[in-house]
Amino acid sequence: MAKTHIGFTLNGQPVETLVDARELLVHVIREQLGQTGTHIGCETSHCGACTVDLNGQSVKSCTVLAVQANGAEVLTVEGLAVNGELHPVQQAFMEEHGLQCGFCTPGMIVRAYRFLQENPDPSDEDIRLGLSGNLCRCTGYQNIIKAVKSAASKLQTT
Amino acid sequence: MIPSGFEYHSPSTLDEAISLLAEHEDAKIIAGGHSLLPMMKLRFAEPAHLVDINGISELKGVREDGATIRIGAMTTENELIASAILHNKCPLISEAARLIADPQVRNRGTVGGDIVHGDPGNDHPAIMMAADATLVVRGPDGERALPASGFFLGTYWTQLEEGELLTEVQVPAFGAHTGHGFNKLKRKTGDYATAASVVVLTLDGDRCSEIRIALTNVAPMAIRAEQAEDSLRGQVISDALIEQAAQQVMAVCEPVEDLRGDAEYKTHMAGEMTRRSIRDALARARG
Repeated sequence: MAKTHIGFTLNGQPVETLVDARELLVHVIREQLGQTGTHIGCETSHCGACTVDLNGQSVKSCTVLAVQANGAEVLTVEGLAVNGELHPVQQAFMEEHGLQCGFCTPGMIVRAYRFLQENPDPSDEDIRLGLSGNLCRCTGYQNIIKAVKSAASKLQTT
Repeated sequence: MIPSGFEYHSPSTLDEAISLLAEHEDAKIIAGGHSLLPMMKLRFAEPAHLVDINGISELKGVREDGATIRIGAMTTENELIASAILHNKCPLISEAARLIADPQVRNRGTVGGDIVHGDPGNDHPAIMMAADATLVVRGPDGERALPASGFFLGTYWTQLEEGELLTEVQVPAFGAHTGHGFNKLKRKTGDYATAASVVVLTLDGDRCSEIRIALTNVAPMAIRAEQAEDSLRGQVISDALIEQAAQQVMAVCEPVEDLRGDAEYKTHMAGEMTRRSIRDALARARG
C-alpha cells in the first residue's frame, strides 16, 4: 500500500514524513522523528504514558493514527524547556519528587501542562480528576499532586 | 502493536462518506477510534478501508431546535461536558459524560461512536434510552429516525444497516419537573461499568407521571427495565416501591462473569445503582 505524505508542527518545528496509514502517531514521533521522550506504555489508551498535546488538547498518541495529525500542532515533553531552562511544570516535578522510575513522567508532565491551562488554580480533587488518565506505579501519586500544585503557583507568579 | 494494513479515507462531507461506504465493501467508519483502534491492534477488526469522519464539520456540535436538542454524532465527550445547552436542558448527558473514560480519551471519543459501537459496556446507549432520544441515521437510500429504545439488538449489533452512519442524536429538553439519576459502579477511572443504571422521571405533583430506567453492562446490550418502570409510573414513589423496582431490575439482568465480578454480584450492583438513581432523579425532579 502506498505511503502517505504528512506534515505537521512538532514542538514548533515543521516536520514532514511518509507514513503507512496504519502507523500510530507515537511510533512516528519516536521512530521516524527521533523524539523518544514520549513513551509507549499499555498501547490500549489506558496508561497515558504516550500523552501528547494535539491542537491544544491532551490525547493518547498510541490511539491516534499519524495520518490524523496531518496539518496539526503537536507538542511533546521535548517542547517544554526553553533554551535549556526547564518549564515550571518540569521544575516542580523535580523539586517535589513527582517521579521515581520516570516512565510515566513525560505523559504526566505534558498532561499537567495542558491541565494547568484548562484550570490554572486547581484543588487537589481537580488535579486527581484532571490527571486521572495517567497511571503511575511508583509514587502513589501524592508527590505528583504536590508537583502540579507547586507548578500552578509557579505559573501564576510568572 | 500496529493494526493490519488498510486504505485510509478522510471525507470532508457526509455525502462523500456515504459514497465511500457504498463503494468499498469492507469499510469501517472511524470516529474517536478509542474502541476501534485497540480492536484493530488485536486483530479483532481488520477492515480493508477506514473512513475517518473527523473532518466532517456538519457532524459536530450541540444545537437547540425548539424543545429538541440536536447533538451531532461526532461531538466529543468533553464537548458534551462543556455544553451549556446540555447543562441547562438535558443535564443527564453532560453529567454522565464526566464518568466516561478519562480526560484524554474524552477529547477523542464521540457520542456517536459510543452509541453505534454496540459494546454493552458503553454508557451512551442506556443514557439515550433513558433520555428518550431519537437516533438519525443516513445511508445511500436516505435518512431514518429510530428511537434509541429498540436500536440495540445485541453485542456489537444494532439497527444500523451496512452503508449507514449515525449523523445526529435528538433529545427532548427536560421539563421543569423532570429529574435524572446516573449511577455507575466502576473499579477505576476509564473502566467500563461493573453495572450502571440511568433513570429519568417526571413528576406531576407527587405522582410519577413518566419514568424510564436503562441499564449498562448487565446484558448482551444496554436494556430498558420496563417492568420496573411500570411499577413506578402513575405512583407516588415510596421506599417500598423503589425496593420493588430494584428487585424487578435485578430480575432482568443477565451479566457475564468477568474480572469485574460474577453474575450475582453484578446483578446485585445493578439493583443498588437503580435504587440510587431513582432517589437522585426524584430529588432533582422535586427541584
